[in-house]
Amino acid sequence: MIVDKIEFAVVDSEMIKKQSAARITKTELYDQEGYPIEGGLMDPRLGVVDPGVRCRTCGSSIGDCQGHFGYLELTRPIMHVHYAKILFTVLKMFCRGCNRILVAEKDIEAFREKRLPLKELAKGMKKKCPWCSAEQKKWKFIPPYSFLENNETLNQAAIRDRLVKISNDDLDLIGIRIRPEHMVITLLPIPPVTVRPSITLETGERSEDDLTHKLVDVVRINERLKENIDLGAPDFIIEDLWELLQYHISTYFDNEVSGVPPARHRSGRVLKTISQRLKTKEGRFRGNLAGKRVNFSARTVTSPDSKIDIDEVGVPLEFARELTIPIRVNDGNVEEMRKIVMNGPGTWPGANYVIRPDGRRKKVSELTKEEISKELATGYIVERHIKDGDISLFNRQPSLHRMSIMAHKIRVMPFKTLRLNLCVTTPYNADFDGDEMNLHIPQTEEAQAEARILMAVPKNFRSPRFSGPIIGAVRDFLSALYIMTQDDVKFTREEFVQLVRAVDTDMPLPDKASMTGKEVFSLFLPKDFSIECKSKSGKKVVVEKGKLVEGVIDKASIGAENGKMFDKIEKQYGPYPAKRFLYNITRLATEYIMGLGFSVSISDQDLPKQAKDEIKAAIEKVRKEVDEMIDQFHRGELKALVGRTPKESLEAMIKRRLNQTLNEVQTVLESHIKDSYTLTMAKSGARGDLINIVQTAAMVGQEMVMGERMERGYYERIFPHFKRKDISLESRGFVAHGFKDGLTPFEFFFDAINSRESLMDKSLKTRHSGYMERRLVGALQDLKVEYDGTIRDAANRIVQFLPGEDGLDPAKIEKGGIDVRGIADKLFD
Amino acid sequence: MSEELQTNSLIEQLPLKIREEVDKVASAKKLNKAQKEKLEVEIVKAYNESRFEPGDVIGIIAAQSISEPATQMTMRTYHFAGTAGIRVTYGLPRLIEIFDAKKELETPMMTIFLKSAHNSAEGARKFAEDIVEKYVETLVDTVSLNLGDSAVEMELTNKGRNSTVVNAINEAMKDVAGAKTRGDKIVVVAKGEIDVKELTKIKEKVMNIHITGLKGVNNAVVRREGDDWIINTIGSNLESILGMKEVDSTRTVTNDIHETATVLGIEAARNLMKMEAMKTMQEQGLDVNVRHIMLLGDIMTFGGEIKSIGRYGVAGAKTSILARAAFEETIKHLVKASLRKDSDSFTGIFENVMIGQVIPSGTGMFDLISKIGEEDSEEKEE
Repeated sequence: MIVDKIEFAVVDSEMIKKQSAARITKTELYDQEGYPIEGGLMDPRLGVVDPGVRCRTCGSSIGDCQGHFGYLELTRPIMHVHYAKILFTVLKMFCRGCNRILVAEKDIEAFREKRLPLKELAKGMKKKCPWCSAEQKKWKFIPPYSFLENNETLNQAAIRDRLVKISNDDLDLIGIRIRPEHMVITLLPIPPVTVRPSITLETGERSEDDLTHKLVDVVRINERLKENIDLGAPDFIIEDLWELLQYHISTYFDNEVSGVPPARHRSGRVLKTISQRLKTKEGRFRGNLAGKRVNFSARTVTSPDSKIDIDEVGVPLEFARELTIPIRVNDGNVEEMRKIVMNGPGTWPGANYVIRPDGRRKKVSELTKEEISKELATGYIVERHIKDGDISLFNRQPSLHRMSIMAHKIRVMPFKTLRLNLCVTTPYNADFDGDEMNLHIPQTEEAQAEARILMAVPKNFRSPRFSGPIIGAVRDFLSALYIMTQDDVKFTREEFVQLVRAVDTDMPLPDKASMTGKEVFSLFLPKDFSIECKSKSGKKVVVEKGKLVEGVIDKASIGAENGKMFDKIEKQYGPYPAKRFLYNITRLATEYIMGLGFSVSISDQDLPKQAKDEIKAAIEKVRKEVDEMIDQFHRGELKALVGRTPKESLEAMIKRRLNQTLNEVQTVLESHIKDSYTLTMAKSGARGDLINIVQTAAMVGQEMVMGERMERGYYERIFPHFKRKDISLESRGFVAHGFKDGLTPFEFFFDAINSRESLMDKSLKTRHSGYMERRLVGALQDLKVEYDGTIRDAANRIVQFLPGEDGLDPAKIEKGGIDVRGIADKLFD
Repeated sequence: MSEELQTNSLIEQLPLKIREEVDKVASAKKLNKAQKEKLEVEIVKAYNESRFEPGDVIGIIAAQSISEPATQMTMRTYHFAGTAGIRVTYGLPRLIEIFDAKKELETPMMTIFLKSAHNSAEGARKFAEDIVEKYVETLVDTVSLNLGDSAVEMELTNKGRNSTVVNAINEAMKDVAGAKTRGDKIVVVAKGEIDVKELTKIKEKVMNIHITGLKGVNNAVVRREGDDWIINTIGSNLESILGMKEVDSTRTVTNDIHETATVLGIEAARNLMKMEAMKTMQEQGLDVNVRHIMLLGDIMTFGGEIKSIGRYGVAGAKTSILARAAFEETIKHLVKASLRKDSDSFTGIFENVMIGQVIPSGTGMFDLISKIGEEDSEEKEE
């Protein structure tokens, strides 16, 4: 570690003077020729911001000179806004006569032990000084920076005089370890010009930084105050100028102090001064120190590619020519490197820069490539283009969990998008409607090794959140395998050879004339793998010794976030064989579904007349029953549910009844709808649910707002077309039609209201949960597992003795911990 | 060392829960001693492979595991707990409420179990009736001001309670002549003759006199779950409830974490926090490993008192000035640090990221610490 401690304190005048390169006295910035004036705020001794100029203080040119401080002698002392309240509290604790702390000698030791915040300590002060018996006056603080003692204003100079007299021993009692008079400024440090660079516009006009503007004000008023004092101006003028100087210096430190009107630019824009530079998300701390911009990164639109491997990323050729990896030249690779350099920067795989052993960086160009290539020898570093198999970090924002950034192997490809396998869309939460993703190229061998070993996609199959696989088959993969593993699927030899060979060209094929879908799928299962699990519909799925004997493959066995089968394969055979398995079956699925002509049609939603009648009858029935309930309610005969008013009970009962109707409709639909790919998708878990089909084909059902039937809008009704106080189904947001048949105008608006609510809900939610995450990370970020197995925070305090009470990492176990029975079964059966 | 001893010491490294399960499986499978030992070796191997590694940033993993699914939670604020008609906060707002360690819950609630003697429909109903907080106002049917007599007159819904109410009023109101029953009515007579304004004030005071029930319990609903009659209350007063002889104090809970901490202690509060957070996640069908929530519970309670997650709690108590300044209230932290000449010692993650140093966790945690000369001398001393 290079830096191991940073101490915070308040700079004193001596230090300010010592570190200064220039004393600032002049108000003007530039002379007639446009050169900076010595002693002005752009003094050339304060650093360089213009190209071609050398620094007068250190001799370096732009970029190398980090700038030098200057100082301004203030004519009168000025209070630092941020310390005003603290100084007031401090001053109140000391005697106005003898400047000792207002605590009796006998109580001092007890007082020292208190360790309370300043404000609390100030409460226990004596009214009469225990040291010199001076009577204390009444203090009053007027924000932002005025002190009243006995209703008389105490000016900054007087405050400073008193602070000087306070002894260090007394200050130590209240936990202040700096000299308090330094909080009242007499010398103002002038930041280097590199901190506030001016920009030259195209017109040749110079535009100064906000800080420079503010400093100009400070210097100007300071000079004017000095002149007036020298001229012996009347007190009120001096006081006004003093106050003005205080204002300018206050806003220079912080332009958002309450009670002080913010300083503005000539255009009326509020100036961004020192505090504003540090604060907030875009400020120095959060925007520049906690998060930094990096080189060797790329970002563009993503698109899917089911033929590249799960842990690969397809990188456009254009990117590959720009992103490089430094390679040390040695005897073994010097020839290869020469060849790469000979390719130049424009031909992939080439090189962009070469670093000589003396550290000089040489750009490879068409003109220099031959020369550089010949020059190459051990000790040189070649920054060569990335090529297939290099490691990269791939990320999609928002980075909600650690699987939002994983290591992928690069695969350079034509066209202009970053390509990823569909199985990793779940952890990134990506789709391809215009999503962009970021790519980073780790530069050092150490970083590359860490990425390969710790961050690789297969190492992230298991989510630490729920101990299950977060990566798995999605969408059409599931539909395909669902159809393929049905009992009646058979392939001729031609068909299955075609399928299998598309996935794996080396795999030995069984000598059979025909194979079932299940048999083809089984080819890719590990040979000694057995499992018994449930499919999505709850039916048994059995794999015995690498053969799928019973059941269909769907979301419950191999789907992302669910897949029981994939989970077990990962646990038993490790991440890389699991990756192979997943890739193989998804490739198989793609190959199969392409031959199938998988497509959906609007007629998938068609219902026979009988079904329509039944649904209509069900809706009619619920309407009648609800009307009856409402009647009962009006007659006061409705039996209230426990703990609820009759009105609430009525609503609850109606809601329950409507839910029941929706289920009835679903049952009707299930028994009548013809088999279609739309249904396949719902059943396999590829996309959609039965309820979506119900809503399109049959009935949307009750639209809810805030979990209740709708009731807002006009006075006692939703639309002006209804009767007031009408609480029947139709006037409270019940939609009796399906999307396919079309909604009535009322129903359409009910649905729109509901949609808008869920839209609002979603955007609100992301904000709340985003802030919650920030706070959680803020609270937990320093916790880590130590070598002794305990969990400690940054102050080395033990938070847990054994992580999670059993020491198990949820990212390494199956759900429910270690499968003792499973291990026993494997050992003894 | 014999092999047997070695295995024994190995198996003892395992947490009790796993050891018990090994025993259970061994007896179910009727394993002999040698077989069982073989199993134990395998389990120990599996256990060691599944442990956390030194340097794992367990805190950040926990934070992410909790907040990532929170993105999928509902914002709708209330729902009705089970079949009982008690409205409770749920979803994301409830989760935030737990982590913020709010003192005043939006919907405090108790779940009361009864001892077997009272565990019946009748017993539960009666008990529920008794604990609900009642004021004079909740008991009166009509109330009127009698200006002639300078008195407040009222009639109770349940005339049988007249004497209790009269006693309570006499107990609470010292500045009136007194309350008594007159026929079916209760009359509170003021001292001397007073005007309407004063009399109204007296009326208000009388209405707010606490008669029976537990402070804070606004409503109680009985429901049945299996063999148990459970009482859910709106409002919470755990201390009084646990003191009542009808209550099965081993199962009765509140959802107020602070209250649990004062009544049952910090460990109980930590467990309640874990339970409530898990329940909130599960209600939304979200799958989160308990370990993450346990860690959060521990960081909130390991100091002996409940600290919230935000800037006034755990995050504000971090040792690093830079990390605190970067989190929230940048200026305040810098100013405070400068007063006391505090220093930042770069032991956490954020601080090191800020100055571009390797973070002291994960693969950046280890360092070469042995100085050959010193190590030799230490050994000699031993």
